[in-house]
Amino acid sequence: MMRLPDIGRFVLRALTTARLRTALMLLAMAIGVASVVVLTSLGEGARLYVTGQFAALGSNLLIVLPGRSETTGGPPPLLGETPRDLTLEDAGALGRHHAVRYVAPLVVGSAAVSHGQREREVAVLGSTASLFAIRNLQMDRGSFLPAIDPTQALSVCVLGSKLARELFVNANPLGQWVRVGSSRFRVIGVLAEAGVSIGVDLADIVFIPVASAQALFNTSSLFRIMIEVQDRDQLPAAKKAVQETIRVRHDGEDDVTVIAQDAVLATFDRIFLTLTLAVGGIAAISLLVAGILIMNVMLVAVSQRTAEIGLLKALGAPPRQIMLLFLVESVILALIGAVLGVAAGFGSNWLLAQAYPDFPLQVPVWALAAALGVAISAGILFGIMPARRAARLDPVVALSRR
Amino acid sequence: MISGVASLARQSAMIEVQGISRVFSVGDEQVLALQDVSLSVHAGEYISIMGPSGSGKSTLLNTIGLLDRPDTGRYLLEGLDVTRMTDEEQARIRRERIGFIFQFFHLIPRLTAAENIELPLVLASIPPAERRPRVAAMLAALQLQERANHRPDQLSGGQRQRVAIARAAIIRPAVLLADEPTGNLDRAAGTEVVRIIEELHANGLTVIMVTHDPELGRRAGRRLRMQDGRIVADSDHDAAA
Ligand SMILES: Nc1ncnc2c1ncn2[C@@H]1O[C@H](COP(=O)(O)OP(=O)(O)OP(=O)(O)O)[C@@H](O)[C@H]1O
Ligand SMILES: [Mg+2]
Repeated sequence: MMRLPDIGRFVLRALTTARLRTALMLLAMAIGVASVVVLTSLGEGARLYVTGQFAALGSNLLIVLPGRSETTGGPPPLLGETPRDLTLEDAGALGRHHAVRYVAPLVVGSAAVSHGQREREVAVLGSTASLFAIRNLQMDRGSFLPAIDPTQALSVCVLGSKLARELFVNANPLGQWVRVGSSRFRVIGVLAEAGVSIGVDLADIVFIPVASAQALFNTSSLFRIMIEVQDRDQLPAAKKAVQETIRVRHDGEDDVTVIAQDAVLATFDRIFLTLTLAVGGIAAISLLVAGILIMNVMLVAVSQRTAEIGLLKALGAPPRQIMLLFLVESVILALIGAVLGVAAGFGSNWLLAQAYPDFPLQVPVWALAAALGVAISAGILFGIMPARRAARLDPVVALSRR
Repeated sequence: MISGVASLARQSAMIEVQGISRVFSVGDEQVLALQDVSLSVHAGEYISIMGPSGSGKSTLLNTIGLLDRPDTGRYLLEGLDVTRMTDEEQARIRRERIGFIFQFFHLIPRLTAAENIELPLVLASIPPAERRPRVAAMLAALQLQERANHRPDQLSGGQRQRVAIARAAIIRPAVLLADEPTGNLDRAAGTEVVRIIEELHANGLTVIMVTHDPELGRRAGRRLRMQDGRIVADSDHDAAA
């Protein structure tokens, strides 16, 4: 067998001689690897972005919804039995548990909000002062809902930034009265520009005390109850305690669903990981295409170099040696192409990062390893057939051609 | 005992071809390229093979050079039955004991003259430090020093064939097999090539050369004539007869 440096020199000589062929194959391989790198980092970036948004909400959150989750199975509800509503009393009872730091009951509706001639239809959220801490809200001016008895109605409200701008233009809304549905509320605060937080545009919203909202929408039930647990470790225990408390209060019926923010996060995490894998897989197809291209070009190379292969055989190169030479050629092509592709991928990511500085672009390590692995495997896999063909050439026939 | 074996080896022929046949099938037809050919060649002989086109000269040479396997018969090279060997073992014999020269030179176009000459040593995984002086000596012997770094397309036909001869001779083979080495050269270049081959023979190399040129063929110490896959004349036997 030839010495390793001799093999390397021989193969590189062949590659640098056939420049166009080499450049084309490198390009194909590089495009494949670069697209895996860019697409998976976009997917990974999306995952990080969304989970980051959730994490900003606080990860030690529990959400209590009325009605049992379908996924838990169990017997169908008895005829005429509807799930009991969540009430302010339920919320109060939950707040007494030692693992619970804050409880915020939530009533959601929509109503016309007006000031003078200006009127807009927006989401109305009834809640308590605790929500401020639970959702990490920020004030632009004034203060949030006061910490009063949740059952007490009070004619004060807090406006989202966009709503405040549209109702008051440049005037100061603090201390002014607005009409929400049929009632009047005094503006005590305006939220800071917080952007979108999980589906609710906080800029286009009005907060009023929960009891006022119940009166406004003529209901005694809650949309949901949000709970912040003292400590993340206590999440499972708190979840059990919440279910237990509600069951006792609802005559032994498990008629609520308790979602941990963690679980939502994990679900999103899984969804995005699957998405990234799918996108990466699609990109990997271009690697296969590159591999097939390598195979074809190597087959052409074998037929072009038939006389050379015949000569090598006449000079005593065994079939294994010929096979190795051609295999090394395709693997080196794949390898250099992959390295170029990684460089191009990181380069495009850098450009994307310049254009969208807020989006966290990150190349997942597994994708990088997979792209390189697939590229090299493609080099070997698609190199085998041409290499075998070269190794099996009949030297007499190969040499009889000029 | 040991000296007895050695003397026996010296007496027996270096190449011992015993009743080999080679049949090619082209479509439905069978072409008998070699028919029951036997031949003994002793070390140091200089043999020419002549005969009409298609008479089996190349096939015989390829069989002796282990590029082709006979369908029947036996072939002993330096006392070893090489017809029984695997491809891998035959490749090793070619690497170490056989030098080829072809009508179309078969130099690798992207390698320089020196690199083409070095190739058999590279294939035999001889370390570079040992290769360099041998290549330099070979270039000097064939007056190719100035052409060492030229690629084949920068060389004349005669120079190319000289590079090919250097490549065949550098492994110090047991036998040099030349298939029409002058077939692609003008008379002057051809004569020069034959002169070099004869010089190698004078230094002890066994040479078997296929040629169409009667003048060149006559110069060989032993002359074979082939027809329809058989050796129909052998100057040795004729002399003996
Ligand atoms: N690979 C092959 N397939 C089929 N037939 C072949 C093959 N190689 C040789 N032959 C046939 O075998 C016969 C002998 O061929 P060979 O090449 O040995 O002749 P040659 O004496 O060298 O002729 P030339 O002087 O033209 O080189 C010819 O009839 C040829 O057509
Ligand atoms: Mg011939």
